[in-house]
Amino acid sequence: MEDVILELSGLSTHFFTDQGEIPAVDKVSFRVHKGEVVGVVGESGSGKSVTSLSILQLIPSPPGKIVSGSIRYKGEDLAKATEKRMKRIRGNEISMIFQEPMTSLNPVFTIGNQMREAIRIHQKISKKAATEKAIQMLKLVGIPRAEDIVNEYPHQLSGGMRQRVMIAMAMSSDPSLLIADEPTTALDVTIQAQILDLMKKINKEEHTSILLITHDLGVVADICDRVVVMYAGQVVEKGTTREILKDPQHPYTQGLIRSLPKLHGREEKLYSIPGTVARPKKDRVGCRFAPRCEFAFERCFKENPELYQLGDGRESRCFLHTEKKGERLEDATTNT
Amino acid sequence: MVTYIIRRLLMLIPVLIGMTLITFSIVHLIPGNPAQVILGETATGEAIANLEETMGLNEPYFVQYWNYLLDLLQGDLGTSLRSKAEISSEILPYIAATFELTFFAMLFAIIVGVNAGIISAWKQNSWFDFLAMLFALVGVSMPVFWLALMEQWIFAQELGWLPAYGRQDSRDPIAAITHLYVLDSLIHLDFARAFTILKHLILPSIALGTIPMAIIARMTRSSMLEVMKSDYIRTVRAKGSGQFLVIYKHALKNAMIPVVTVIGLQTGVLLGGAILTETIFSWPGVGRYVYEAINYRDYPVIQSGILVIAFIFVMINLFVDILYKKLDPRIKY
Ligand SMILES: Nc1ncnc2c1ncn2[C@@H]1O[C@H](COP(=O)(O)OP(=O)(O)O)[C@@H](O)[C@H]1O
Ligand SMILES: [Mg+2]
Repeated sequence: MEDVILELSGLSTHFFTDQGEIPAVDKVSFRVHKGEVVGVVGESGSGKSVTSLSILQLIPSPPGKIVSGSIRYKGEDLAKATEKRMKRIRGNEISMIFQEPMTSLNPVFTIGNQMREAIRIHQKISKKAATEKAIQMLKLVGIPRAEDIVNEYPHQLSGGMRQRVMIAMAMSSDPSLLIADEPTTALDVTIQAQILDLMKKINKEEHTSILLITHDLGVVADICDRVVVMYAGQVVEKGTTREILKDPQHPYTQGLIRSLPKLHGREEKLYSIPGTVARPKKDRVGCRFAPRCEFAFERCFKENPELYQLGDGRESRCFLHTEKKGERLEDATTNT
Repeated sequence: MVTYIIRRLLMLIPVLIGMTLITFSIVHLIPGNPAQVILGETATGEAIANLEETMGLNEPYFVQYWNYLLDLLQGDLGTSLRSKAEISSEILPYIAATFELTFFAMLFAIIVGVNAGIISAWKQNSWFDFLAMLFALVGVSMPVFWLALMEQWIFAQELGWLPAYGRQDSRDPIAAITHLYVLDSLIHLDFARAFTILKHLILPSIALGTIPMAIIARMTRSSMLEVMKSDYIRTVRAKGSGQFLVIYKHALKNAMIPVVTVIGLQTGVLLGGAILTETIFSWPGVGRYVYEAINYRDYPVIQSGILVIAFIFVMINLFVDILYKKLDPRIKY
């Protein structure tokens, strides 16, 4: 397809630690098209951050290493790009913002200083012009008093304001792709909504593609066009947001949807999937979700399921699709 | 910033009063009659009475202390019993000598220590890191007097490269202006002399600066390693900045915050150890001045020397606090 901006194929990033090799990201493949917002969801520990950091070669190394697969950005494989080339990509072609707005800005430099730096790395303009550009970007992301804010330090701003600064900085060189790793997780609900609205606006007006990492399906429902569900380092389901929310195929996705708080429901207790994400281990056999899956049967513990094509670009990593062909797994969602 | 400095200066007042109380009581904590002790066993009653009169020892303590404070405020440190000279003018060259030595020792410690720490952190677990940290470990465990004597033996006696004693060539003394000899010789535009004086500074500066250097190197390394893991460093890399900017701009300024505290404390420790080094290297500094005064029971000089060293220490701390504030905009008082 011509309008594919980013294509991960079989990306595997492993950590080589004292406790052995951890396949934190295991043969992950997905695409982001031009102008699209793609969500990557999964509980914490499922490898979302490692996936997104791998794209920009920002994983701490050692111990982390991309062991196989490719990351094609506009046709170029970033997994094989040199550090020199990556410096031209980062912040210029692909920008990234992070979960922790409180700690993601350097506390000892002013906002203006840090924004100017981001601008002048990629654009050959004067310091004065860079300051003007910084102020213009701050205004674009809805920061009041932008002229004063450039002279302030991060600790003088609230979490939501800092995340806006991060977005302004990320957008300052007009990137084609914005990777946002849990950009709203650390913020209050109202601020969360504002930041998501801002990202929607950027996507619409600047035509920037967005790869949005989150553990919150509510966020996905709000802003994403398509969704990649990850579990323990693997992709377990892919589809459009509508399909995934209306008709989840993988038991894990179904569990995630069941655990969403329902505004109109009268449930006493919030559902949550029992257990926690097991640390990915090398050479383990069986479906990674099997120990927590209410539908698990013998085969799930003996063989590794592949991603089954379900038509219409939908994929799901579950043996149920071969066992009960055609039958949909709706009982899980309707039983609650 | 200005209000901060003013507030910080006001906070100094109680510290300074405490210091003067201590130096004041030095003379009065001597068991027995201070005048008797100062003059020795054989002194006549008349001589003792005279001394008590001139030192004002007959007055009540609070009157004596008040007078002492008033004198200090006017820059009057009293008179040396031995030389009968004004201490305030006599002590200046000694202060300059100590200051110059401390300055070069700390300059050596900071330049070498900070850079070794940065490179060690940058190239963690490399051979450089390994050697530098081994060196630092040896450095902190080395007694200063031993290092000083070894230096003198190897570089002065055996190799003859550097002078072992004094601040300058004693056959050709400088016409002092500030008594900071490096500065003075530069004012005279006498570069050959500046070179000789710098050569005199090398061995004592290294002897005095090695322990602070080792401590600063280790502190810088661990602080850098900590900072390099932080989220904002990841942000800087995500912007597309090169490694040099990441390390020397973003990481260093944050990493220096704890290191500056260590530098301040080490300067104090170094001043405290000045008597020893100044004696070994025949360095005419405050330490030596006080040391000689002790031999002569010259109490006014002892008192003033201690006061001056304490005062310098307080000033260094003030400077460190201001630097701290400059480095870390989050600090509020
Ligand atoms: N620096 C690291 N060293 C070792 N293992 C790591 C490191 N960073 C991440 N991992 C492993 O990668 C897995 C996925 O982590 P992460 O991508 O942060 O999850 P998520 O972002 O989905 O919460 C974790 O289970 C963890 O064991
Ligand atoms: Mg994460």
